[in-house]
Amino acid sequence: MLFRSVARQAAPLRRSAFAPLARRSVTTDAASSHAENIPQEDDKPFTVRLSDESFETYELDPPPYTLETTKKELKQMYYDMVSIRRMEMAADRLYKEKKIRGFCHLSTGQEAVAVGIEHAINRADKVITAYRCHGFALMRGGTVRSIIGELLGRREGIAYGKGGSMHMFAENFYGGNGIVGAQVPVGAGLAFAQQYTEQPNTSIILYGDGASNQGQVFEAFNMAKLWNLPALFGCENNKYGMGTSASRSSALTEYYKRGQYIPGLKVNGMDVLATKAAVQYGKDYAVSGKGPLVFEYVTYRYGGHSMSDPGTTYRSREEIQRMRSTNDPIAGLKQKMLEWGVTSEEELKSIDKSARSHVDEEVATAEAMAVPDNTSRILFEDIYVRGSEPRWMRGRTVDETFYY
Amino acid sequence: MNVPRAPVRGLLRQTRRCYSGAPSPSARLNLPIDYKTTPLLHHTPSSLSGIPEFPAAATSKRLNLFQAINSALRTALSTSDKVLLFGEDVAFGGVFRCSMDLQTEFGSDRVFNTPLSEQGIAGFAIGAAAEGMKPVAEIQFADYVFPAFDQIVNEAAKFRYREGASGINVGGLVLRMPCGAVGHGALYHSQSPEALFAHIPGLRVVVPRSPAQAKGLLLSSIFECNDPVVFMEPKILYRAAVEHVPNEYYTIPLSKAEVIKPGKDLTIVSYGQPLYLCSAAISAIEKTMKGVNIELIDLRTIYPWDRQTVLDSVRKTGRAVVVHESMINYGVGAEVSSTIQEGAFLRLEAPVKRVAGWSVHTGLSYEQFILPDVARIYDAIKQTLEY
Repeated sequence: MLFRSVARQAAPLRRSAFAPLARRSVTTDAASSHAENIPQEDDKPFTVRLSDESFETYELDPPPYTLETTKKELKQMYYDMVSIRRMEMAADRLYKEKKIRGFCHLSTGQEAVAVGIEHAINRADKVITAYRCHGFALMRGGTVRSIIGELLGRREGIAYGKGGSMHMFAENFYGGNGIVGAQVPVGAGLAFAQQYTEQPNTSIILYGDGASNQGQVFEAFNMAKLWNLPALFGCENNKYGMGTSASRSSALTEYYKRGQYIPGLKVNGMDVLATKAAVQYGKDYAVSGKGPLVFEYVTYRYGGHSMSDPGTTYRSREEIQRMRSTNDPIAGLKQKMLEWGVTSEEELKSIDKSARSHVDEEVATAEAMAVPDNTSRILFEDIYVRGSEPRWMRGRTVDETFYY
Repeated sequence: MNVPRAPVRGLLRQTRRCYSGAPSPSARLNLPIDYKTTPLLHHTPSSLSGIPEFPAAATSKRLNLFQAINSALRTALSTSDKVLLFGEDVAFGGVFRCSMDLQTEFGSDRVFNTPLSEQGIAGFAIGAAAEGMKPVAEIQFADYVFPAFDQIVNEAAKFRYREGASGINVGGLVLRMPCGAVGHGALYHSQSPEALFAHIPGLRVVVPRSPAQAKGLLLSSIFECNDPVVFMEPKILYRAAVEHVPNEYYTIPLSKAEVIKPGKDLTIVSYGQPLYLCSAAISAIEKTMKGVNIELIDLRTIYPWDRQTVLDSVRKTGRAVVVHESMINYGVGAEVSSTIQEGAFLRLEAPVKRVAGWSVHTGLSYEQFILPDVARIYDAIKQTLEY
């Protein structure tokens, strides 16, 4: 209890630091939960108490402020977040070395959302997201080498190197979608199919605060509520739609209320435990036939919108630095794990090391992948069902015509 | 029920009124198409037999185009429970009656209305298709499809290209939409945007010419084609074209053109409703120019299209005219004539001619001036033969 009251006092102090920014009442503290009596065994469940500032609700009873977890799971969450961060940093480096070309959107700072969601659902649930998708692709079972290979345009990439940063599919992961907001009604369709085939699963449909103003987002909301679909819409609010802050693009920045007739839940998206608790609750809600929910994951991206955006023209360096040093999802979980005695400093270091070295090896493998053959077959494949293509497809001129 | 019905009645009643399209007393060629006698329709059950695409020993029924679509949809819904039917007003039968009674028969979880949100409808259908469903989504008019253009072009068409090895595809997807002019559709009820979709690799674009063709092509789009299909139905034919349609399940292959009428002197390539105009122009020219024999080809699938059948024909005849209703600029005719020029240049006796809609919007009362008609096609044939 003592610790808890300290945390409570600390939170308002931290929040006051954000005074000049748009007010976000849910805490973004990544280390605000509390646990005691941690069992010795790695896989024995224990209860974590989440901060009472973890959620805000709209027309909805809040999720329980407790979360059952195990030491093993916490370590895995930590490993996963470190892996995503390391992979994104590798992408950043490869981009700056001009080995990755084109568009590249990194999720550094937002790792707790992808990891928290994955730990709350199972492999049969569906996830669909926008273009900031590397972390989700990894969580859904993509390998680091196939993701980095994709960014490098290699044949062994997750989409044969033809998509690049924005287009990554995996089993029950429907991309990776480059058009802002277009994935949202597609996600409603996924949820409909789940309902139709009576699967006890949900569809996690993610979009950014920028995309939340796309007309089709509201079309999807309406259909989902009308037909009571097991859809968990989720706005990853990182405060900036490209270079425009949420309050300058949105008449209502409380994105969890955007569903109007759909209950909403705002979640501390910097805290992987709060995210897991919220999504777990949302999944039970949706699967039990209560219909869709609109989530808002309050999060923060450290980098620019894409590699061509330094990310410092529309926000202060101090703001970024403050988020990095006080609200980092990885540092937050690390602090709690040490505090609770889930792991020792040495073990944590070895987890860190194994995650990093695994990513580094995979990145090296991807970098060593051969550049695709210079044949037009690669360009013309997969437009139609293989083997049933038209006899030929046009290139720019007659002599470029490709015959299947 | 009356609400969705009203516009249909209005449209059709007014086509009969034909204020601006009434033939002048001296007209010889631009007479109203007589759908009761045109050689393009099966007026008796016996003419169905012997055509390999139709089931042997089929029982048949005289249906118009909307009834044939209805029959195809009913067949599809009862063939597989993966088939879903939705769109604006579909539950009530749709404004053109294509889904009449289907909700009653198959239930509201398979046949249902959507909100007025084309982009949502298309994306929703893509998502359902990605999970193995066979959604047949209706866009109420082809003119309304443009909000869904992004979903169709960027999501549906590219799905297979970007899914890697995951095996996910949207092959079960069919987007139906009524297209074409009816006499006074004006700006937003008369467009034929097939060329826009035909520009996009990954899609298959189909335009049927008759009830029996429509049923076979639609069933093929739903069940045999594993790519997303844009299925455009010339709405003037919904009630006008009546013919014998086999009652059973049958399919007509996509991306396969049909030589409707063989000939030796000139090839006409067309699809959809203008085929009736071409047929009328052919019988007129064959009467006035003795010994002339014109070949008529229905593309049926606009993209990926059957180049071989067209090239074989032009290599034989040496002359070609392409006819379509939608605008000529960057249209299907441009692609077809350029292909003919590339593939049969040394056999050509005359430049390939295009007869197509003007590059203008469709003013309420100007349709008859801007769309291909029998006289224009007749003239194009004559000029090409006499070049």
